[in-house]
Order: sequence, then structure tokens, then C-alpha cells
Amino acid sequence: MLRWIRQQLGFDPPHQSDTRTVYIANRFPQHGHYTPQKFADNRIISSKYTIWNFVPKNLFEQFRRIANFYFLIIFLVQLMIDTPTSPVTSGLPLFFVITVTAIKQGYEDWLRHKADNEVNGAPVFVVRSGSLVQTRSKNIRVGDIVRVAKDETFPADLVLLSSERDEGTCHITTASLDGETNLKTHFAVPETAVSQTVSKLEALQAVVECQQPEPDLYRFIGRITVSQQGEEIVRPLGPENLLLRGARLKNTKEIFGVAVYTGMESKMALNYKCKSQKRSAVEKSMNTFLIIYLGILLFEAILSTILKYAWQSEPKWDEPFYNRKTEQERNSSQILKFISDFLAFLVLYNFIIPISLYVTVEMQKFLGSFFIGWDLDLYHIESDQKAQVNTSDLNEELGQVEYVFTDKTGTLTENEMHFRECSINGVKFQEINGKLVPEGMTDDAPDGCMPLLSTEEELFLKAVSLCHTVQINYEEPDCVCDSFYQANGVSLQMEYYASSPDEKALVEAMKRMGVAFTGNNGEIMEIKTFGKSERFKLLHVLEFDADRRRMSVILQTPTGEKVLFTKGAESSIFPHAKSGEVDKTRLHVDEFALKGLRTLVVACRRFSAAEYEEVDRRLHEARTALQQREERLAEVFSFIEKDLELLGATGVEDKLQEKVQETIEALRLAGIKVWVLTGDKHETAVSVSLSCGHFHRTMNILELVQQKSDSECAEQLRQLARRIREDHVIQHGLVVDGASLSLALRQHERLFMDVCRSCSAVLCCRMAPLQKAKVVRLIKTCPEKPITLAVGDGANDVSMIQEANVGIGIMGKEGRQAVRNSDYAIARFKFLAKLLLVHGHFYYIRIATLVQYFFYKNVCFITPQFLYQFFCLFSQQTLYDSVYLTLYNICFTSLPVLVYSLFEQLVHPHVLQNKPALYRDISKNSLLSFRTFLYWTLLGFCHAFVFFFGSYILMGEDTSLMGNGQILRANRQLMFGNWTFGTLVFTVMVITVTLKLALETHFWTWMNHFVTWGSIAFYFIFSLFYGGIIWPFLHTQDMYFVFVQLLSSGSAWFAIIIIVITCLFPDVIKKVFYRHLRPTSTQKSQPIEAYPGTSCMDSACCFSSRKDWREWLGQLVERVMIRYGPGRVTRWWRDSDPFCSNDQRILTHSPVEATRC
Amino acid sequence: MMASSYSTKEEDGHQSGAPGPGGGVNAKSRKPDNTAFKQQRLPAWQPILTAGTVLPAFFIIGLLFIPIGIGLYVTSNNIKEYEIDYTGVDMSSPCFNCSQNYSWNSTKPCRCSVSFSLDQPFESNVFMYYGLSNYYQNHRRYVKSRDDSQLNGNLNALKDPSKECEPYRMNDGLPIAPCGAIANSLFNDTLELYYNDPNGTKTLIKLVKTGIAWWTDKHVKFRNPVGDGSNLSAVFQGTTKPVNWQKYVYQLDSDPDNNGFINEDLIVWMRTAALPTFRKLYRIIEKQGDATPTLPRGNYTLLVTYNYPVRSFEGRKRMILSTISWMGGKNPFLGIAYITVGSVCFFLGVVLLIIHHKYGSRSNNADISS
Repeated sequence: MLRWIRQQLGFDPPHQSDTRTVYIANRFPQHGHYTPQKFADNRIISSKYTIWNFVPKNLFEQFRRIANFYFLIIFLVQLMIDTPTSPVTSGLPLFFVITVTAIKQGYEDWLRHKADNEVNGAPVFVVRSGSLVQTRSKNIRVGDIVRVAKDETFPADLVLLSSERDEGTCHITTASLDGETNLKTHFAVPETAVSQTVSKLEALQAVVECQQPEPDLYRFIGRITVSQQGEEIVRPLGPENLLLRGARLKNTKEIFGVAVYTGMESKMALNYKCKSQKRSAVEKSMNTFLIIYLGILLFEAILSTILKYAWQSEPKWDEPFYNRKTEQERNSSQILKFISDFLAFLVLYNFIIPISLYVTVEMQKFLGSFFIGWDLDLYHIESDQKAQVNTSDLNEELGQVEYVFTDKTGTLTENEMHFRECSINGVKFQEINGKLVPEGMTDDAPDGCMPLLSTEEELFLKAVSLCHTVQINYEEPDCVCDSFYQANGVSLQMEYYASSPDEKALVEAMKRMGVAFTGNNGEIMEIKTFGKSERFKLLHVLEFDADRRRMSVILQTPTGEKVLFTKGAESSIFPHAKSGEVDKTRLHVDEFALKGLRTLVVACRRFSAAEYEEVDRRLHEARTALQQREERLAEVFSFIEKDLELLGATGVEDKLQEKVQETIEALRLAGIKVWVLTGDKHETAVSVSLSCGHFHRTMNILELVQQKSDSECAEQLRQLARRIREDHVIQHGLVVDGASLSLALRQHERLFMDVCRSCSAVLCCRMAPLQKAKVVRLIKTCPEKPITLAVGDGANDVSMIQEANVGIGIMGKEGRQAVRNSDYAIARFKFLAKLLLVHGHFYYIRIATLVQYFFYKNVCFITPQFLYQFFCLFSQQTLYDSVYLTLYNICFTSLPVLVYSLFEQLVHPHVLQNKPALYRDISKNSLLSFRTFLYWTLLGFCHAFVFFFGSYILMGEDTSLMGNGQILRANRQLMFGNWTFGTLVFTVMVITVTLKLALETHFWTWMNHFVTWGSIAFYFIFSLFYGGIIWPFLHTQDMYFVFVQLLSSGSAWFAIIIIVITCLFPDVIKKVFYRHLRPTSTQKSQPIEAYPGTSCMDSACCFSSRKDWREWLGQLVERVMIRYGPGRVTRWWRDSDPFCSNDQRILTHSPVEATRC
Repeated sequence: MMASSYSTKEEDGHQSGAPGPGGGVNAKSRKPDNTAFKQQRLPAWQPILTAGTVLPAFFIIGLLFIPIGIGLYVTSNNIKEYEIDYTGVDMSSPCFNCSQNYSWNSTKPCRCSVSFSLDQPFESNVFMYYGLSNYYQNHRRYVKSRDDSQLNGNLNALKDPSKECEPYRMNDGLPIAPCGAIANSLFNDTLELYYNDPNGTKTLIKLVKTGIAWWTDKHVKFRNPVGDGSNLSAVFQGTTKPVNWQKYVYQLDSDPDNNGFINEDLIVWMRTAALPTFRKLYRIIEKQGDATPTLPRGNYTLLVTYNYPVRSFEGRKRMILSTISWMGGKNPFLGIAYITVGSVCFFLGVVLLIIHHKYGSRSNNADISS
């Protein structure tokens, strides 16, 4: 009973058993003990909210944020106790912030709903009541028989029942799940494999029992019980019988499978993790600052409370005759009063924590990120791709990158393979105009003449064009019937599709050379050798796997011979080669690798009939083995792939993307270390690295490769470290391979890190995807906590992209896996330069100033309030009216900083791009360092003091500011009260704070002008309006005509002007002095823009009065120029440009920059 | 997000490469618009703060502020001001007795007279203030202890004043009008000024008691409730006077335009001061004719009806006589501030000019030449 209740309440999962029983086609047994089980439906839900729970859930989520929660508490405190300000003052801004965030999140969730609906509504075919029914994906139930056609993805986790092939196999690719692009073969149980039609399936009586859903993709244990003619046959089921949701059916026309895990219970859904929230460095420092401010707030509140009680100890201050307490106040308990006083001060000063900071930052990020997508320079015309922003949270992180980890294939290179060279039987050939030409010979063979090929050459070509898993696609849509007979007319419409671009390049090259692969239909592979068609019977495919690093096919030649062709990495073929020109080929392979070509070695083995018998038998046994199938297969494969006859090797070129060299150079000048992480072999990687400028010829290249043991590796590392220490003049490049890396990381992490950090370029080759992520994490977590960025295009880069602080996906040829998991996606590697140097720089400066300014303006806002307590007996009297308290952050000062943070450009983008070194000015989060934070905070305090005491002195003890006069016609001298005083402080503050931002602004678009002057104007208009009416719903009319009276006083105007100028001038002076005495390189590149006047020319906002200044200045400049002469100018620049002198070596080594500098 | 991770169409790298060459229709090009806004190329003014650009501003401010400052300072210095403390702290001071034996309820007013002499004649209108120190009109409990609707003539509020007025809301079961601590503590000393003619006669100087409050306060914000009769006392029927007051609110003045809530002394008092030392306008001595100064040189007597206790909180009471200028009362600080800022700016301008010569243009040109 209790259990039933718990089940209903959802404490216990409804099915307690460890297994689930699935009745195929939901044909439950009529007799016996059937307990219906409840399964999830096939609906995928990635959205967070529904219409009903949006409000409560979203509110809950938002109040989990510390800042929002803090303001909620303040609001509640205001509601509960007698506080100096009305609850509206913090309630309204909080409401505003919460609403804006809720709208944003609601919009995002709506997008997710749309995506969900698309997936859930996708059409699928299900066998129901004896016929094939089309339905929506979400309607699939556990037990349904689903039909999936070629190239469709599986809509749920299915147990394969049958395929169009008699043996019940099918090929799938799991690229979207684990990134492996090769084809995998899955099997059906023989008893069900025969049910290839709907009617046969209808008659099938079977039950699948399997474990409950679990996220491991490679684990599945179950069994199927098939009832045939009254007897029950039980067969085990393993992962090779399970087709995972998200995988794609390849190479097989159609399959039938029974759904076992659906919807959110499918393995893919269970594997879906919420992308771990990446937080930017700016956000982290922002939180630190918030905590510091919280400290200041608490300090001020405690100090005020204590002082209040110090004053109150004397009754003449506590309760003078004119100001008696009520009975209630007198009688309440001391402790309660103390607490409520403390809370009241907390409420009074709470505005020091900038409430709208988060929402402004969020809006800035959200709106600002559009600029990346809009940038024409990041648009790639050929592929019609523009940059794509997946998270706007990291915009500013783009300006902080210190390490770039880049994949090689597809990222630095085009991932467009071109066959270049090959070595056949120890002779090197090149492809020239679609012909194989032996090395050293030019293409002088007469055209049209059929080149004569030796048997070795022909065999090699055939081997290459047969040993692969390439598919052919024809343009004709209705060729499904049989591609075979149309093969005659194929020549042009035929297109090869391969899981690896190398294979495709090879097959295409073979076709150009006259050995065209024209089709396969399961068992027959056909090639056309110089027009002559040959058919090979495909007996077995020994699929590629990463451990063997080779793949093989076993074929029956037209002559009946049984041959094995194998191709793979040289390290996996040479040891098994028995005959052939091994040494020469090895030499050639190394040569190819040096040229940056990707190499594959091809070999063959001929079987005698007896040999083949055994091979066939063992293969069959292994394939159908129920236990340890993998191990047994591997064993059989190694048994087959031996005693090879070496045929030759191929060299395929992967063209570098354009401007890779310039980009890497620019990144390096920007102080970013570039690491290349690749799965390629050592030599290839080094040569690509050299050709793309990652390594320079002048670099001393250190190697940590092929380390076998721990101690050896450590010794090598120490040796390297010593070498680096000894000659520190030369730049070092480090090459590490995957095996050595894992050794180095296991025990000698620190040593390895030291070596790495003193190298200016690091190349890691032979890396597994997880190793890439490991390297990234290693750097990311080292003591300095550098910001890392990972670029990649393939599924194998996903882990690295997710690990790095910023992940960038290249929209390349290897699918969209990387793009989808990235934070930003670009079409080409070269766009990285602009993305980091320009956009990153801008975003960082914008957000850094935004954050600092926010703290500054709130210090300015609340410190006068604090100071005022010293003059009002710490009675928590507010200085400003509540409406001003409420609107200060929402209306009066919010827009200018938002517009600033969207449009600010410290330096022209071209300058930023041409001078990558400017990036160093903002590295290490310099604009949010503790020093700058202190500067802004102190500035805020200073300004607040000036506001307060300036007004204090000028208003004095109410020496009235109002004149008698002729000027103002009011022939009266009138008194000002506390509200006028507060309004004066507030007016000065709004003007100063707005103008302070104006001083920071370097890029005045019409919008900046509009919001800056508009904000001040709005404040005046609003105040006039607010003070001009007796507001019926307001409790007191404190502000009635206060503002007008203030402004009609001449002295008030004089006071406002002098206070504003006193505040801002020191700041101007500081800026000017720093610019001239200790200029940053960014500042030095600014005047280039300003002086030629180009920027002013095309600016609509140019002031004509500036012309005079410039003329005058121009003369000054000329005079100075003449005095000092050009020679001295150059010297000066060298001396004071620290990074340029430090990096002289970089400059001289780099061909690009040296000329420019 | 997960759903999108297997939206089927775009997954294959193959297909995404396809759309390029074949179609003449490039309707769905994703090329961003080449607009100034989207490319962040909006026309903009890019000011840069260099010595060169701010120099003129510094000189202008220097040159502008110094004369203004001098002007303000001179104006302020021309204002004549006389201040006398009549609290009666010292034994010797004439009001010592009054200050000692004071109680709110004493029916017999205590009078004292303070003599002083003016060394210079006060021309034009003279303003007479009372000043209080150590008096916290800006205490929160005090500031909020008022009912603006009652003062605005709202009849409901008259009979049922706001809770904020506690503990000065009701007395003996009757609502207090005007309620609250501010009104209750209305300054109730009476100051009279006599001119001691050299020939021995004392002339009472005429003190004008209207026109000392804000026009808007007197005519809009403060209003007497409108009752059945024209008689103010009838309107205030059913209310009682503040505890500390000796008279009812409708007895404050004989002039109906200065009585009740619109009594200007009350209005001035109700505008709470910002700081604990403050002065409030009390009376105006208007200039009689062109021939004589408003207050000629000579001896004066201030006759104080001493009602207001301040000794309990170490307060002080002062009487201030002052003329004013176009910029208001005497305040030398504004002028000094202008002169200081102006001179500093000018000085810095000179420094900047030197810097500009030494560094400025070099840094500007360095990068051009690089």
C-alpha cells in the first residue's frame, strides 16, 4: 500500500524490476501473468518550461541567482519593517529586471519548443495492424515495429529485427552520437531476420527482455524469445543488435526494428547533458566585485547602526522635546530595534549593489552578439555561411584568449583531399593531368595514347579502387532499383560518398587514371579498367578501426581467385609486410609525409582455396560469436591481415586554407600561443605546421615522441627543459605525440607544463579526441588560469571544444557536430583573427567599462546618502526622494551605458586587425584588474564626496541661494529644505555620472549623442513634471516645486557647474597625463585616426568648431615635428614600446610582420 | 537544444555543400546586409583626449572661471550681514533668565531685550532670520511626521490625520490640526526690532511677515479647509491645537490671508531644513524710501518674547539681519571655489602645454612613421 502511494507520488520509479519486457508489436499474451509496464513515449523534451509552469519555474530559477535573491530579500524587508524607503524603490527595479530576463528566457524556450515539435512531429513508418502506417515520431511506443529507410535516422532505440538483406545485417553510422564516421555493421537475430515483409512481421511472436535504460552507448544486454511453431527460441541480444536513436542507416535500403527505449529514455537522450555553463572571466571578476561591494554595504550599515546607538545613548539626541517617540517605539524590545535599525540601513544603502547590472550585461551580450553574425568580414561567400553565435555569454572572453588549440584537418586545411603522389612497387609516381607519371619524367607522353601499365601498377590501382567503403550516388532519383545496369551511362552523374575524405580522393583519383569504381550492390563490386568492366565478388569487409588503423576487403576476382586488399597507416602495414619493396616504400612514405601529404600504404594477400576456407570459417565464427565478439574479431583480423605483399603507398594532399599563415602570425603577435592538436602522423603534422607558419624554419624544434616508458619520458623532458634554459634566444617549438603525451601527463605534468610554456609553438600529433580535451584542461587549470580557445571542425574535436573556455566550430565538411557544440562557429580559420582581435577586443572593452561604470555610478549614488546620515543623527533619513531612488538605475543612467557598451570602438577595427599587438593591452583581464576596480571605486567615492560636500558648503546653513533679483524677478529670498538639498546633489550626480561616461566614450554615433544628452534632458523634464503636480496618490508632496525653485536660483546653476567640473577635471587630467606619459599601445594607435581627419570627414556629427582647434594643433604639431625630426621619433617609439622590443625576434622571424613593422 | 542536435537535414556535410553552384536563384543567401549599422560603421565623432584637445578647454575654463569667481566673491562680500545669538547661555546675557526657567505651559511670556549696534547702514531690503543650531529638523521621524493632505485643506484628513503624525496625531480624542511633530514644534519666539535713535527714543521697525514663503507653497500646497462658514474657527471645529501650541491654528494671525494653514511662519517652518544648523526667514524689512537706508547705522534693540526652549539639547538661537544680492545670501565659498578651480585649470593648462610640446606630438607621429 505504502509502495503504491510512493509510486503514484513518483518517489519510486514505476517499474521496480531490473529488466523491461517488450512484446513485439505489443501483442501481449492472452493468458498468464502479464503486468502492464509503463514506458515513456517517444517525445523529446528539451524545452524547460510549459505555458503553465513558466511563471513559477522561471521565477524560481531567477531567484536562485544571488543578486536577484538579495534584492528580493531587501524588498521583503522593506515590506515587513518600517524602512526609510518605500518597498516600491526596490520592488520596481526588481520587477523590471525579472521581467526583462523572463522575456528573454521565454523567447529562447519558445525556440526550443519549436525545435522539439519539429523532431517530435517528424514522419515515421510503423507497422500497425498488419500494414505500414505513417505517423509522427512522438507516437512511437515501446514495442512498435518501426521501418527505417536508407539515410534516415532512427527515431528511437530499436532492436534490429530484419533488414532488406537476407542475412539480417545493416550498416549505420553513429557520427552524431560519438563522432565516429565509419560504418558499423549491426545484426539481426536469424529467427527474425527472415521476417522481411510486413505480413511476415505481423505473424512474428516474440518478446524482448532487456535492461532498464542506461546512458552507456556501448552496453546493451537482453534476450529475445521467439515463438515458432509452439516452441520458444531464446537468443541473446547485445549492442550489435541495437540501433541507437540519432544514428543513421547507411547502405541498406530498409530495416525493421522494434522500439525498446523511446523518447527521453533513449540512450541518446540519456547522454544529453546540459551543456556545462561556461562562465567568462569577466563574470567571475564581476562576482568578486559584487562581494566586495556587499562587504562595503555591510560595513556601512554596521557602522551606521553603531553610531546611531552611540548618539542615541543621550536622551537629548534620542528624544528631544520637539521629536517624541510613539509609545510603540518606546516599548519595543531593544534587540528587535537594533536588528530593524540594521536592516533599515541595509535597505537605505542597498542601491550600492547595482541591481540592473546583470540585466544590462545580459542585454548587452544578447544584443551585442548580433554584430558577429552581421559581420560581412566573417561571411564566407563560397559556402554561404556567416558566423554563428551559440552562446552570447562569452563574447568578451574572445578578447582574453591566451591559448588557441586548433585541429589541423579541416580547420587549418580545407579537408579537401587531392591525390598527389604514390609509390608503386618502389617507384614514385606523380599525378599530372590525370595521368600517373613516374618521378623525374615530365608530362611529355602524347595525349590520347593509352599509357601502358605494368601489372604491379595495375594491381595497385585496382587495389586502391576496390579497398574502401565508398558509396555511389546517382543523380537520377529513381535509380534505387538497381544501380548496376545504369552503370554504363554513369560517367558524369556519378558521385562518390565516403566516410573519410581520403578514401573519396583516392577513388576519384583512380577513376581519373582509368580504373573507375562504378558500383557495388552488396556483393558485387564493379570497376572499369580503361573501359573494360570487371566484377569482383565482395566476400568480406574487415572494417576500419582505430586500433588496427587499417581496413581490408576480401574479394573474389573475375578469375575466381580470392584476394585480400588492405590499406592503412604505414605503421600498421609494414610490420606485416612479407614481400614487396618495403624499404623503398618506407622511404617514399617518409618523403610524402615531409611534403605534408597524408599517407596510406596498400598491400594485398592472395589466398589459396584452403586458406580462404579457414579464413571464411573463422570470420564467420567470430562474427556470430555471442561472447567477446570484439576480441575474437580482432584476433581473426590479425590472423588474416598478415603475410602481406606490399603494393605501394599513396600520398594525398590536404590543401591549406587561405590566409592560415597570416592568421597564425597575427595571433602570435597578439600574444596568443597557438597549439596544433592533430591525429595525423608526426611527419605530416610537422610539415603542415611548417607550411602554415605555425613552426618557423628558424625555430629550434624539440621533440618528445615515441617515448616508451615513464622514466625515459621524464629524462627526455628534463633534457628539453635544460636545452630551453640554455639557449633562450632562439624560439622553441615542441612536438609531442599522443603516446608520449599520455606518459608525460601521467606523472610529470608540471615538468611538461614548464617545457610547454617556454615553447612558442606546440604541436601535438597522433592525438585521440579525449587526449585533446585533456591537453586543453591541463593548460586551462594551470596556476595562471589562462583563457583557452579551441577550434575544430569534426566530431573528434567536440570534447576539446567543450572543454576550452571558448569553443569555436569551423563549418567544414565533417558534419555539424562541432558547430553545434561550439560557442561560436565560423566558416574559415582565417576569420578567427577578426573574431578575436576585433570583436573580442571590442566586446571586452565594452563589457569591462560597463561593469566598472556600473559600480562607479552606484557608489556615487549611495555614498552621499551615507554621508547624510552623519548630519541627521543616523535616523535613516533619505537624501533623495523615493522616485529618484527608484528611477536612477532604471531611467536616468541606464541607456547611455547600454548604448556605449553596444557601439564603443576604442580604435578603428582596421587598426586592431592590422596591429594584432594591441590585443596585449587587454590581456589578463587588465581592464578588470583589482587596480582598475579600485580606481573606479575610489573615483566614485571621491565624486560622491564632492557632490555632497560641495552642495553642503554651497547651501551652507541654508544661506539661501535665491536672489533678490533683477535677473530672476522673484524679489524674495526664500529658504531651501532638505529635499532641495537632496535634489541638488542628485542633479549634480546625474549630470556628472552621465558626462563621466561621455568622457569614456570614444565613438560617438548619433545614438550615443541621443541617449547621453537625452538622459540629462529626460531627467530635467521628468523632474519638472514630477515636481509640477500635487500627485493625488502620493502620500507626501515633498517634491512639489522643489526642482523649479532650485533651478530658478542663479547660485544653484553656478553650484552645479562648478561641482560637475570639479569632479570631471581631475579625471580628464589623469587621462591626458597617462596618455602622454605612459601611453598604452592602443592609445598610440588612436591618433592615427583622429589626425588625418578622415573620421571626422565622414562623420555627420563633426563639429565645425573643431576645425579651428585642429588648425591650431596642426601648427603645433608641425613645429614639434621640425624640432625633433624623424630619427628621434623612431627611436622614441622603439624605446617605449615594450612588447615590440621584446618581440623583435618574433618580428624578424616572421616574414609577414617584419616587412610591415 | 537537444532536439536541434538531430534535426535531420543539415547533419550531413554532403548536403550543405550542394546548394552553391547549380541554382541561379540565390534567394536564400545568408549574406549579412552591408549596412553601416550592422557593420559597425556608423558615422561617428571620435574625440580623443590629448593634451592638444583639452588644452583650449583648460584655458577657457581658467579664463572664464577666474572672473566669474571674482565677481561672485565681490558680490558676496558686498552683502551685509549681522548675526546675534540670543540663547542666553551665559549668566551675563540678557536672556539667561528666560532660558533658565522655561516651561511650555507657562502662561506668562518671558521677555528679554538684546542690544546691538550696526556699524554700517543696510541698504535696500533687509531680511531677518532666526537661526537654530543642533536642531535636527532632518531626523527621519521628524521629517515624515506631517500630513500634507491635511495641510492642503482636505477635510477627511483634517478629521483623521495620517498615522505618520504619531504621537502628535490626536489629543484628548480630538484630531490635532496641524498634526505631526514638525507643526507641533513651530518656532514661537516673537522678535521685535527697535531702532535706538541717538536722541534716546526707540522706534519700532516695521517687519513685514508675508512674502517669506514659496509662492506655490502658500497658494497651492497649503490651503485652509473650506467649511460652511467663512469663519476659520468654524472650519477647524472638532480639532484641537498641537500640544505645544498656546493658540489654535486659526488664531495665528489676524490677517485672514495669513491665518490657519497658510500662515507663512508655519509654512516656512514646515519646510524642514537639510542640516542641523539652519536659519529660516522670519521677517522682511522693506526699504522705505530712497533717502534713508533701510537700517541706518546705530544702536538697536531686539525684543524677544522667549518661548522656544533649546537649552535641553544644547541648541542655540540666533537672529540674523542680511541684505541680499542677485545671487542670494552671503556665501563667499562659491566665489572662492570658482577662483580656485579657474586658477588650477589655468595652471594645468600651462603644464599641459609643456607636456604637449615635449611628448604629445611625438606620440602622435610615432605611429604614423612606423
